[in-house]
Amino acid sequence: MRRDRGRVRAPLALLPPAALAVGLVALPLAALLQRTPWTGLGELLGEPVVADALRLSLVTASLATVVSVLLGVPLAWVLARVEFPGRSVLRAVVTLPMVLPPVVGGAALLFALGRRGLVGRPLEDATGILLPFSTAGVVLANTFVAMPFLVITVEAALRSVDRRYEDAAATLGGGRLTVFRRVTVPLVAPSVLAGAVLCWARALGEFGATVTFAGNLQGRTQTMPLAVFLALESDRDAAIALSLVLVAVSLVVLVGLRDRWLPATS
Amino acid sequence: MLEAHVGVRVGSLDLDVEMTVGDGEVVAVLGPNGAGKTTLLRALAGLRAIDHGRVVLDGRVLDDAAAATFVVPERRKVGYVFQDHLLFPHLTVLENVAFGLRAGGADRAAARATALGWLQRVGLGDRAGERPRHLSGGQAQRVALARALAVEPRLLLLDEPLAALDAATRAEVRRDLRRHLADVTGARLLVTHDPVDALLLADRLVILEEGRVVQVGTGPEVSARPRSSYVADLVGLNLLAGTVVDDVVRLRGGGALVASAAAGCRGDVHLAVRPRSIALHRARPEGSPRNVWEAVVADIDVEADRVRVRLAGAVPVVAEITPAGLAELGAAPGDRLWASVKAVDIETYET
Amino acid sequence: MRRQRPAWAWAVLVAASLVVACAGDDDPSDETAVEATITVFAAASLTDAFTELATDFEADNPGVTVELNFAASSALREQILAGAPADVYAAANTSNMDQVVDGGAVEETPQVFVSNALEIAVPAGNPAGVSGLADFEREELLIGLCAEEVPCGQFGREALAAAGVAPAPDTNEPDVRSLLTKVAEGELDAGIVYRTDVLAEDGVEGIVVPDDQNVVADYPIAALADADEPAGAAEFVDFVLGADGQDILTAYGFDGA
Repeated sequence: MRRDRGRVRAPLALLPPAALAVGLVALPLAALLQRTPWTGLGELLGEPVVADALRLSLVTASLATVVSVLLGVPLAWVLARVEFPGRSVLRAVVTLPMVLPPVVGGAALLFALGRRGLVGRPLEDATGILLPFSTAGVVLANTFVAMPFLVITVEAALRSVDRRYEDAAATLGGGRLTVFRRVTVPLVAPSVLAGAVLCWARALGEFGATVTFAGNLQGRTQTMPLAVFLALESDRDAAIALSLVLVAVSLVVLVGLRDRWLPATS
Repeated sequence: MLEAHVGVRVGSLDLDVEMTVGDGEVVAVLGPNGAGKTTLLRALAGLRAIDHGRVVLDGRVLDDAAAATFVVPERRKVGYVFQDHLLFPHLTVLENVAFGLRAGGADRAAARATALGWLQRVGLGDRAGERPRHLSGGQAQRVALARALAVEPRLLLLDEPLAALDAATRAEVRRDLRRHLADVTGARLLVTHDPVDALLLADRLVILEEGRVVQVGTGPEVSARPRSSYVADLVGLNLLAGTVVDDVVRLRGGGALVASAAAGCRGDVHLAVRPRSIALHRARPEGSPRNVWEAVVADIDVEADRVRVRLAGAVPVVAEITPAGLAELGAAPGDRLWASVKAVDIETYET
Repeated sequence: MRRQRPAWAWAVLVAASLVVACAGDDDPSDETAVEATITVFAAASLTDAFTELATDFEADNPGVTVELNFAASSALREQILAGAPADVYAAANTSNMDQVVDGGAVEETPQVFVSNALEIAVPAGNPAGVSGLADFEREELLIGLCAEEVPCGQFGREALAAAGVAPAPDTNEPDVRSLLTKVAEGELDAGIVYRTDVLAEDGVEGIVVPDDQNVVADYPIAALADADEPAGAAEFVDFVLGADGQDILTAYGFDGA
């Protein structure tokens, strides 16, 4: 009997739960495909409302990811490296949007940044900028809900990095910012990317916080999930078709990114 | 020149070390695991503040616990070579060496040119474009040395630079290291637990045990008069320089020894002989030992359960015998004795 | 009667309307028991009125429990067509009911039990000085409507068309509650909702839409063909259409049938 040497052999006990997990995720997706009205799909996708929603979803989810990386990586660094009283409380607060029902998150955003909000009112008085009902508001709601996914991922990576690399860089004359930019960030780059992908995926599917904070207007604040929800009110076939578009686009992006940036072995 | 008094308490370690390292001098810090060797280096590099004492390099105060002065690592001009080299995995070999130059403000082209020069000095100019993971252990350690030297530190710290290497690579890297350490200016401090590394690379040894300096001196001094059993076991070996001629190693002092391990060696070598391997006799011994010579007792050092007899002559070595053995010999300084050592008990290091 | 509603509660209400609610779990084998449980699927805008109505019905019929499931009429329609165990369906417009009838889930003819007129909702104090549908054309105002896909959005647009107004809404809210709460929070200057909603929400004031512009939503009710409690379902429908039921409904701002 010959064994396939060099191949990973899984403990057999892992296979049934793994298969069950696949089923749990794949079965509803398969059911969605089975209910998809393939005829007329092309016509539906050509409608401006769909194109607008898809474009807006991709733009806002990507912008939210960029904002999350710019703000979330420094935050993850602070949480991982700086010892200060209340750090665990801060970490819990920062990750709260992950457990908060998104509509409550959207409401909280309104109380803070709405027209009569804590910050929103002085902001509008001073600059005339009004975040609710704007595309910026959609980005903000997406960031609020999705950034914790990035922060958690990057913080874990920062904790597992061998800090002596940073020591080595310091003895070579690297100042703190240089070390962060040229050593720390590159060392956790795969995790930053993984976190950004999670963040983007979460933002792309965002519904509750967006509709509550930013409302729903075609071309300005109506993202794909909102379009799907409203289509469900009147035309279930259209809703299914739109969901399928969302699934397909995210699948292409996620698979593409993984193959391009996260090689399976490394 | 480094003048340091380093006091650090961390966990169960209570480190309190005073030492100076002159310009151009190589000092080896030897000690068992947990003696505080690495903590000492980290304190000197500024990766950890000292709790009491003072660190002064070239007259500049780097750390003074009493005055609350602390210079951050990046401003110290202290180079650090780590045991496991710690080359940045995301940068090429050349970028690793250029890192410190870039951080110091050199423009990209100048930094790369200088870095390439250093890589060529350590014999790895042709590997400049590769990632560190494609290098062997010895090559990586040489790149780490080039990276540390490229910024021209006034103090170079080497933490067990050879420990992670296999025996064959060790000799080669040790030889390179010896040459490069001789080339650079400034103070150099080497931490090791290998006496051969210490004796071959350093001008002076500092023996550290449980956070305290137990002995300081040149290699021969420490070997001849170890002040503790740890030192005796570790450092108390005879190191002789010589040249391989046919099957025999001709010593610098004029004598010759036969060493089994020298068979594969060419040119200059070092021989290491444990004092306990050397037998002393009143009359010329009969039988198998191939290395037998007559010597004069220079002095006798009696310490509790062991006696170290220093022999002068063409083969200057220290022999260790028991007090009972000494009584049997009845030897005193000035006496003539016969010494013997088996060819298999002589270790050989290429230089 | 008005209920005090804390500020956070509205968000939870929105959440409730987005989540597919679970129907009560009836036990079909309790033939001997006097007790019966009637499951009523009702439009979200009926929440306050039907809650009171059910309490009165239970008082009149000892042993009978009414389980209420409130959601958007369209969501309830989907649940019923998917076989959810319901006895009565009360919708906020006729088109959802028609689809349930077409789907075979209702055999009798649905009856309109109330109608609900539109009103303009503005934040308390009416800071933007809205006086009628014509103000929906004002560029500087933040205007909200229900999305066209939901009944209040259809009716609102019909009313604006009747008034000859071409609005530029800043948002098309997915349901009337979320529109209403955004007005109550002052995020929107005006929105078109049902009169009953204005009455139920403390934070808003209503501005009457004249009859010649107004659109009235008819609310149909029907017992379902697959009801586990057909007798109880019929009784509940009769109660809603009867004098006691109609009194409660008009108290909440509905117009009687």
